Amino acid sequence: MIENDTIKRILYVDLSRRRFWVEEDEDLFKSYLGGAGVAIQLLHKECPKGIDPFSPDNPAIFTVGQFNAIFPIASKMVAMFKSPLTGNLGESHGGGRSAIAMRMAGYGALVIKGKSETPVYIAIHDDDVHFRDASVLWGMSSSYTVGRIIREQEPGSGIRTIMRIGRAGEQLVSYACLITETYRHFGRMGLGAVLGSKKVKAIVISGKRSFKFKDQKLYRQTYKEIFKSLVESPLMKKYHELGTSMNINPLNERKVLPTKNLKDNHFDLADEISGEAFAVNYLGRRVACSHCPVSCIHIAALREPYESEPYFYKTNMISYDYELIYSLGSMLGVGSSRGLLKLMDEVEIQGLDAISTGVALAWATEMKERGYLSEKETFGLNLKWGDYENYIKAIKLIVEQPNDFFRFLAKGVIQASSKYGGTEFALAFGGNEMPGYHTGPIAYVGFITGARHSHLDSAGYSFDQKFKAAGKNLVPQEIANSLIAEEKWRQILSSLVICFFARKVYTPEIVSKAYLVLEYDLVYDDLLKIGEKILKSKYDFKTREGFRFDELKIPHRIFELETLFGKISKDVVKRSIKKFKDEIENL
Amino acid sequence: MAKRLSVIDVDLCVGCQCCMFACNRRFAEAGLSRSAIHIKSVGGFERGFVVTVCRACSDPPCARVCPTNALVRREGGGVTLHMNKCIGCQNCLKECDIGAIFWDKNMNKPVICVYCGYCVDFCPFDVIKLESIRGE
Repeated sequence: MIENDTIKRILYVDLSRRRFWVEEDEDLFKSYLGGAGVAIQLLHKECPKGIDPFSPDNPAIFTVGQFNAIFPIASKMVAMFKSPLTGNLGESHGGGRSAIAMRMAGYGALVIKGKSETPVYIAIHDDDVHFRDASVLWGMSSSYTVGRIIREQEPGSGIRTIMRIGRAGEQLVSYACLITETYRHFGRMGLGAVLGSKKVKAIVISGKRSFKFKDQKLYRQTYKEIFKSLVESPLMKKYHELGTSMNINPLNERKVLPTKNLKDNHFDLADEISGEAFAVNYLGRRVACSHCPVSCIHIAALREPYESEPYFYKTNMISYDYELIYSLGSMLGVGSSRGLLKLMDEVEIQGLDAISTGVALAWATEMKERGYLSEKETFGLNLKWGDYENYIKAIKLIVEQPNDFFRFLAKGVIQASSKYGGTEFALAFGGNEMPGYHTGPIAYVGFITGARHSHLDSAGYSFDQKFKAAGKNLVPQEIANSLIAEEKWRQILSSLVICFFARKVYTPEIVSKAYLVLEYDLVYDDLLKIGEKILKSKYDFKTREGFRFDELKIPHRIFELETLFGKISKDVVKRSIKKFKDEIENL
Repeated sequence: MAKRLSVIDVDLCVGCQCCMFACNRRFAEAGLSRSAIHIKSVGGFERGFVVTVCRACSDPPCARVCPTNALVRREGGGVTLHMNKCIGCQNCLKECDIGAIFWDKNMNKPVICVYCGYCVDFCPFDVIKLESIRGE
């Protein structure tokens, strides 16, 4: 570790007593690097076994890594907590300015404990921590407005992060997100609700530090080499140009785009909501997270006339990405790009996870279509594929929860289907609603087994495509080994904390070389051992909180449709999960 | 001929702040405390960004208010900082209307663009450029 590196400083904030203090733990960051590695250790330490996710004792932990602010595209922050959605490990990653702001404020971790009696927002500027009254902000209808108000109250323009929850977090929707800088999110697993339960409306962080290195020449050279790869490599081009939404057309053409609650694998209107269509018709601006030259964030400009006043328009700026287009578009049969943008806007206003929201509404629509729900449950809404206006109303109802049905829908699709039926087409894995890849069995094995049940865990969707291209057989042991090998390495990337988009740039050789700048000698084998330890810690926590591989439920729907490999074999999926479990238990 | 940094097209800026980190790396240090260029949003990412950097004024107000002549007018425009004369009074900081003088809290000294152009190589979108200026 470099001399005077502030990464070892952990800022504790106790909301119940309105106190804060700093503890230093150099060994923790030496052993687990930072990010996901440190967060899981702190979660084990700070989260009592078996607690309710909305207990004041559930900590909200934020961590950064040693590469943040030192090397480019190390621009993410990790959040960990006990998830109200899955009841076990909650892990979510966010970008924007959050990671750089925390690193520059001089902390490696922030642990928020307890519960405030009244709404607060926490303002951290270097060594100062303030508990600001957020009574006025609580209940505000739009998360955009909350951001605007805080922006005018706080210092640090340009170097600060403003992370806030929307109404969904206040109302404890299990998949409420934490929004950072507008348009970036700690999206998955319900961090917004955990903060809502603590009465924390927002967290602002700013600071401006510098770090020195013994070998200054090596630092500049290594930085330049990484930067050049990021800017010139074709690996990053797709994120920069069309962004992740470029996936829509190819996945649709290959018939692996989940559509209408996965009743179909192909969407006839995909052209209308493709990355190309959005870029040509709506793209208003591209922006970047701090210290990332890729600028993958695509923001659409939607111009809408006022009905009451001729020649009056408002222009909404709405961020879009592949997962939002899948979950609120094809999954709901919404083929109107304007309608889809309005849906995305509502999700942003309320502060929800877009994937969970879309999948929950897709399940509800199929329930309605089959006659399993009446308009009494849907509060008078006639949910129909493609009817975005009704979906906008439904999103508001998920937040407001005016009846039992919406109270259950706000807990996620597993809870809702346990009460109302339709579990065979409730598309969640390990409690988390599925992302947009019906590529084949490896994707699903990944969703089910991954520590946070996300496609970002172990890249199963990518292995489906690789196995298919190589003409490989689907051998369960090989599937499990591939996923686990990827998972181990991803623990390193998410501990540093590098954006996964740059995973092919940050090869083990580059990571080792960059570590030399930080005066560590860590080769691939050393890193893998650390990755393995982190992975094991995650499953230890999950198991501690009741997660069992043997009890995982798989919605039958995924076996009904063709994938890259034809229909998925239930046997291959089950045997792969078993092999994965064996490997994890042997760690 | 003297050089200065120019903002060619601010609408191309994506707010990545790689220029800010590059500026700090002039000293082979990682971070932001010694950066002489600043990027912030206009008021929300959706509205674009503001690039703040020394304009290399021909009659620099910052130099005019320096009580110790630590900041002196550079031939052709802009200023040169003589660190050994600076007393950290912050007059220069207050006098620059565009906020292009930054402050290094550790050193208690101003951070001022030295017109080296190192940041230009790390702006992937050609927002900024080093250009020659004609002196008066």
